[in-house]
Amino acid sequence: MSSSSPNRRLGGISLIALGLWIGLVMAISIWMAGQAQHWLPVQASNAAPLVDGLFRFETGVGTFVFLGVVSVMAWTMLVHRAEKYDESDAEPIEGNTRLEVIWTVIPLVLVMAIAWYAIQVNTELGVLGPMEHIHPRDAQEELGGYPGDRLPPEQVEVIARQWSWEFRYPGRNVSSTELHLELDRPVTFRLVSEDVLHGFYIPAFRLKQDVIPGRAIDFTLTPTRLGRYRLRDSQFSGTWFAANQADVVVESAEDHASWLKQGAAAPLQSGLSPAVGEYAERQTAGRGGWPTVVPAPPPQVNVPGSSSLPHDA
Amino acid sequence: MTSTALSPQPPASWRRYFGFSTDAKVIGIQYIVVSFFFFLVAGLLAMIIRGELLTPAADLVDRTVYNGLYTMHGTIMLFLFIFPVLNGLNNLLIPTMIGAPDMAFPRLNTAAFWMVPVFGLLLIASFFVPSGPASAGWWSYPPVSLQNPLGHLISGEFLWVLAVALSGISSILGAVNFVTTILRMRAPGMGFFRMPVFCWTALAAQSLQLIGLPALTGGAVMLLMDLTLGTSFYRPEGGGDPVLYQHFFWFYSHPAVYVIILPVFGIFSELFPVYSRKPLFGYVYVALASFIIVGLGLIVWVHHMFPSGVAQWMRNLFMVTTMLIAVPTGVKVFAWLGTMWRGKIRLTTPMLFCIGGLFNFVFAGITGVMLATVPVDIHVSNTYFVVGHFHYVIYGAAVMGIFAAIYHWFPKFTGRMPYEGLGKLHFVLTFLGANLNFLPMHPLGLMGMPRRVSSYDPEFAFWNVLASLGAFLLGVSIIPFLLNMISSWVRGPRATHNPWNAIGLEWLLPSPPPEDNFGEHVPTVISPPYGYGKNEPLVEHQAEIERALTLAEATR
Repeated sequence: MSSSSPNRRLGGISLIALGLWIGLVMAISIWMAGQAQHWLPVQASNAAPLVDGLFRFETGVGTFVFLGVVSVMAWTMLVHRAEKYDESDAEPIEGNTRLEVIWTVIPLVLVMAIAWYAIQVNTELGVLGPMEHIHPRDAQEELGGYPGDRLPPEQVEVIARQWSWEFRYPGRNVSSTELHLELDRPVTFRLVSEDVLHGFYIPAFRLKQDVIPGRAIDFTLTPTRLGRYRLRDSQFSGTWFAANQADVVVESAEDHASWLKQGAAAPLQSGLSPAVGEYAERQTAGRGGWPTVVPAPPPQVNVPGSSSLPHDA
Repeated sequence: MTSTALSPQPPASWRRYFGFSTDAKVIGIQYIVVSFFFFLVAGLLAMIIRGELLTPAADLVDRTVYNGLYTMHGTIMLFLFIFPVLNGLNNLLIPTMIGAPDMAFPRLNTAAFWMVPVFGLLLIASFFVPSGPASAGWWSYPPVSLQNPLGHLISGEFLWVLAVALSGISSILGAVNFVTTILRMRAPGMGFFRMPVFCWTALAAQSLQLIGLPALTGGAVMLLMDLTLGTSFYRPEGGGDPVLYQHFFWFYSHPAVYVIILPVFGIFSELFPVYSRKPLFGYVYVALASFIIVGLGLIVWVHHMFPSGVAQWMRNLFMVTTMLIAVPTGVKVFAWLGTMWRGKIRLTTPMLFCIGGLFNFVFAGITGVMLATVPVDIHVSNTYFVVGHFHYVIYGAAVMGIFAAIYHWFPKFTGRMPYEGLGKLHFVLTFLGANLNFLPMHPLGLMGMPRRVSSYDPEFAFWNVLASLGAFLLGVSIIPFLLNMISSWVRGPRATHNPWNAIGLEWLLPSPPPEDNFGEHVPTVISPPYGYGKNEPLVEHQAEIERALTLAEATR
């Protein structure tokens, strides 16, 4: 900005100093873009590298803009401070049309470039699968039935409730309160809610989709990293919203097949629902608090799983 | 309203602040004082929230209490602090800046103000009904907001919807008044392009209120009917659509952010010239950018719903409109930098708050662009990243701008000078506290910590402890502010009519101004605003007006 002051020519030294400063800011911005990856959880789906690439780019550009603006602010505060007892006014520069055009066009180009990049990522994500397909639930399903034979066998049904997550593998007659997925194999979920809005959010996958009562949403993703991750309810769902989490296990094809096999043989039992336990405790202890919706009973599943094992993200 | 500026006034009684006054300057101070009462209440709720989040487990308050507290924190801060405090500034500044004796509809003004304590009490009362207060967040998304475990008609949610509706009516009444006053009551010679930018931004913000609030009010009425009359606008089991509510809600509530930030842009545009001793850089562009922000602000609301299940084309379209807002906003930011550039900068308390506010705002703008891009938003929406972003906007930029305005215009409307030392202490604590409180929220969100949680996984503990310490520091930062305001109003040094040597019609009035401002002697404006360094008078007979004011100050 200094180079455009119309009536004061910059000396060679100032130009070099300005160039060095811009170089330094750029170096910091590139470094920050690299750092940005460390602020995110591990990448465990094929969507994650795309999202992270965009985020690193935005961090780099954002750092450059932020430091640029702050540099000008700091410079004026250091150099253009009024002397003590100087009550006079500064030279009345009222504006500069060329500068106005420059600082309209540059941000416009910049944000449109970011938007273009983001649309590319969006399109690619759409091709990869996470963009959902919404259809109303039919009357039979409204009555409470989830006939497994009508779903594609590979589809995993995700049922969100106040406050538990239930996962059904209709083709394999397995149900669980821990989500098991096969590494590198695309999986399509069918997201439904029994009561209020919930959010199906797995940070390590960088994917999130609201679960909307009255709708069934198809949602596809591909896990790409072995490990144990957290699924967190991301749309406020009432009293035990914060406790409405489940573990997601990404495992090899063999492990997944044997998990499904063992699950199919296991008897139905109560799945995980921390809310049910806390509610019972709250009733007996008679602690304070306001009236609450009573948690739905724990889903009856073949494999409850665990939510207390260490998770990767 | 028959007295003139020259006739002696009876000494104004402090009791007028407790009655149904129609004087915009009294109403303005009533708004500001009441809003700061609620600011303290909601701030106290924030302290409890941050106390709960010091540790991963839900161990300080019951989860139902936590949900009620965070809901009321957001609701009170928005509807009972930030909107009323800005309406207070509008009341003080619009008539005095344009040379009007009062607002266009003084009784409407009184009615709009007195609705604030009424719905404020309604909200506070909701803590004491058997159901507890509303606890579905300030968005109040159905169906969770329609769940009423006790089944009482008078539930916290019922009182909440009622209060929000009353707040909407109060804001619409205010907006009609501000828009009319600005359009119809400007001093002779004050064309639109001689109007101070604060008035431009107030006009833009209040136009947004008039366009957007009916959508929210309509949405809220349907929510009330679903809650009490058994209708199914949003109930899926009756064929309703919960996502419909989100459209009504965000069609207003995103522009509401511009209702908040535009007047703060106005404050920045007023104060940077005063304390840089230079004209506002590119006045016309800054003024017009406000209305570009209004136009764009009305077509971005779906960016709050990217993960709610909207079509791909809608995601891309609303991403582009959202990112376009960066352009007029950038024009303003660069204009302030251009104003400071080669100025004669004075780091007074108001200027420090402006610079700190601008610093935070630029940061918030960058995270805002990140949030606009769909793939990143899908990851961080409904996480602490968003909470961090909007607290940078609302506290980091807007509240700091409001503090700047209060310190700057305090002498004008109280006739007393605030203390600089306490003011600077207040600034330092606020700036450090806000950054310590809100910066750690960004890594938390990136790591995947959802917002609105009463407990969290242990890996989030470190940043949460920092954020909580920042929150407590922010709590402490209010102490020097309150001390400053009370002690300087009671016994601060008397203010002259223009202690900052600022240019503007309000600075040609005595401090404090008489009830009808210029009365029948409204000066004729002959120059554009912000003529710092140009040595040309703003109004006809300016030298005589200033001489009379100085003389009156010397003999009082």
